[in-house]
Amino acid sequence: MLPLPVDIPIAEAAQRRRRTLGWMFWASLGWVALIIFLAAFADLLPIQDPNALRSASNLGPGIDHLLGTDSLGRDMFARVVYAARVSLTVGFASIAIGLIFGGTMGVIAGYYRGRIDKVLMAIADVMLAFPALVFALAIVTFLGQNLRNVTIAIAVISIPGIARIVRASTLSFAQRDFVLAARTLGASNRRIIVREILPNVAIPIGSFSFIAVALAVVGEGALAFLGLSVQAPTATWGGMINDGRSFLQDNPNLSLIPSGVLFITVLALNFAGDALRARFDTKDAGL
Amino acid sequence: MSETTPLLIVDDLVTHFRTDRGLVRAVDGVSFRLERGETLGIVGESGSGKTVLSRSIMGLLPPKNVVTGGSVRFEGRDLTTLKPEDKRAIWGAEIAMVFQDPMTSLTPLMRVGKQVIEGLRVHLDMDKARAIETGIALLRSVGIPEPERRMKQFPFELSGGMRQRVTIAIAIACGPKLLIADEPTTALDVTVQAQILNLLQDKQRERHMAMILVTHDLGVVAGRTDHIAVMYAGKVVEKAPTRKLFTEMRMPYTEALIKSIPKADQPSHTRLAAIGGRPPDLVNPPAGCNFAPRCPYAREKCHVEEPPLTTDSSVDDEHVFACWYPVDVKVAG
Repeated sequence: MLPLPVDIPIAEAAQRRRRTLGWMFWASLGWVALIIFLAAFADLLPIQDPNALRSASNLGPGIDHLLGTDSLGRDMFARVVYAARVSLTVGFASIAIGLIFGGTMGVIAGYYRGRIDKVLMAIADVMLAFPALVFALAIVTFLGQNLRNVTIAIAVISIPGIARIVRASTLSFAQRDFVLAARTLGASNRRIIVREILPNVAIPIGSFSFIAVALAVVGEGALAFLGLSVQAPTATWGGMINDGRSFLQDNPNLSLIPSGVLFITVLALNFAGDALRARFDTKDAGL
Repeated sequence: MSETTPLLIVDDLVTHFRTDRGLVRAVDGVSFRLERGETLGIVGESGSGKTVLSRSIMGLLPPKNVVTGGSVRFEGRDLTTLKPEDKRAIWGAEIAMVFQDPMTSLTPLMRVGKQVIEGLRVHLDMDKARAIETGIALLRSVGIPEPERRMKQFPFELSGGMRQRVTIAIAIACGPKLLIADEPTTALDVTVQAQILNLLQDKQRERHMAMILVTHDLGVVAGRTDHIAVMYAGKVVEKAPTRKLFTEMRMPYTEALIKSIPKADQPSHTRLAAIGGRPPDLVNPPAGCNFAPRCPYAREKCHVEEPPLTTDSSVDDEHVFACWYPVDVKVAG
């Protein structure tokens, strides 16, 4: 005979695991929230001027300067916090723009199918085939190095990928019975897209967006490392890593600290996105 | 429209699909008429074209790779030639549909109430408060307990039978003149099936609504329809008033279908009288009668010439069948 009471905790644990997002999700979300909070309220918080030159350069972490100072004697903590502004603005804004354009493309292609689908996906393929870095380089070089242009460059790069994922998701929902049922009730295409398709597509795309933001943050870092993001002295994580490159032997903190913050932020965004995706996977939900 | 014209006249309706293998003759020249308040059962096995027929009547098929022919006249208007906007005005308001699987035919992320009142607001132009009131009354009328609470729930919080009741409420909300129910009970538990069928029948009588009940189960349509059309390989092979079809079927396929219904009074382990063979290939249908390869009575002529849909003129013209050598069964009614 199987000891019956033993089964019950197992079943409960399994259920709990399915329902909750896990501590990793909340830790990740907490980190991202902390970075956003610091970046948003940096001016109001007792954080030093990120561009003020202090007396001593290359100081180690201490009470005056939490993370030390860089080669020009600027406060590292302040620079990391202010750099987050650039990284997060570019990350979230570019993906928001990408979602608007790529999402529209994807929904239209996936819902209407046929010729319009072929044309839109051909455009997406061309965009995907174009080397992303060369494109970003061209935009920033010709339009100027500023926050807006970097955001636009990364937004455009994100469009084809988002369009493809949204299209795939739309395809799977457009063939469901409830869409057909809505049509038999006399709903117009626009109504079906807005009320039946979009809410369903939004869930998988929402969790994917976290990962897309992470990629965009890395992209901005790469551009900054090449000196193609916002101009000095404005701090960005990629730019700080680049600045510290020549001092790796004497003061590796200069590169390691922004690298670490960038790494943890990207990892946190990925974890959060993954946890959400697993939680809202429609296959598990049995919808 | 005067009350004397039939509600729906389907004339020589053809729906063929272009595929890589060739033309699939899913619906191949189907004709029938339906009076107001009348119920027609369409019976056939899987792949006989009954679902495509119901969607063709609605005009729901995608325009791509489809060859259509014939006409569907609903109150004198030909649905096959209507513009999409005009069709939308008819869908939901005058013709509504109930689908097979209530698990997938409700939008998962919208509250039940919102889905119920949507049609009322669009087609009948009701204000929100009145639509909600009507929606609650509708849910109550389809036998849903605590309709006020159900309105605020999501579909996944309801059982299959409850959901099918909701889809029926949505379908009849705007008072359609014709309800097409495509296998409305196939996805449900046996215990719930009868309830849903009775509900459909009640609503149909109450609202004097015509109904087309599509099913593979003769048991579903027995006693619930005025007429039954039996479909085989995209064609109607026999059509008769319900009672007559069960007692005086002429087409061997109908006979085989009725024989294949298991009966409770048979001793256990009685072999089920299944129909041998498989449904014909709709791309290359056999010459002659489509059913001939599986027909126990088939003779030479059946394999060569296709029988037309005729009537035993001496008896009556309501009973039509397509067979060269009709069976002559008189089951004691």
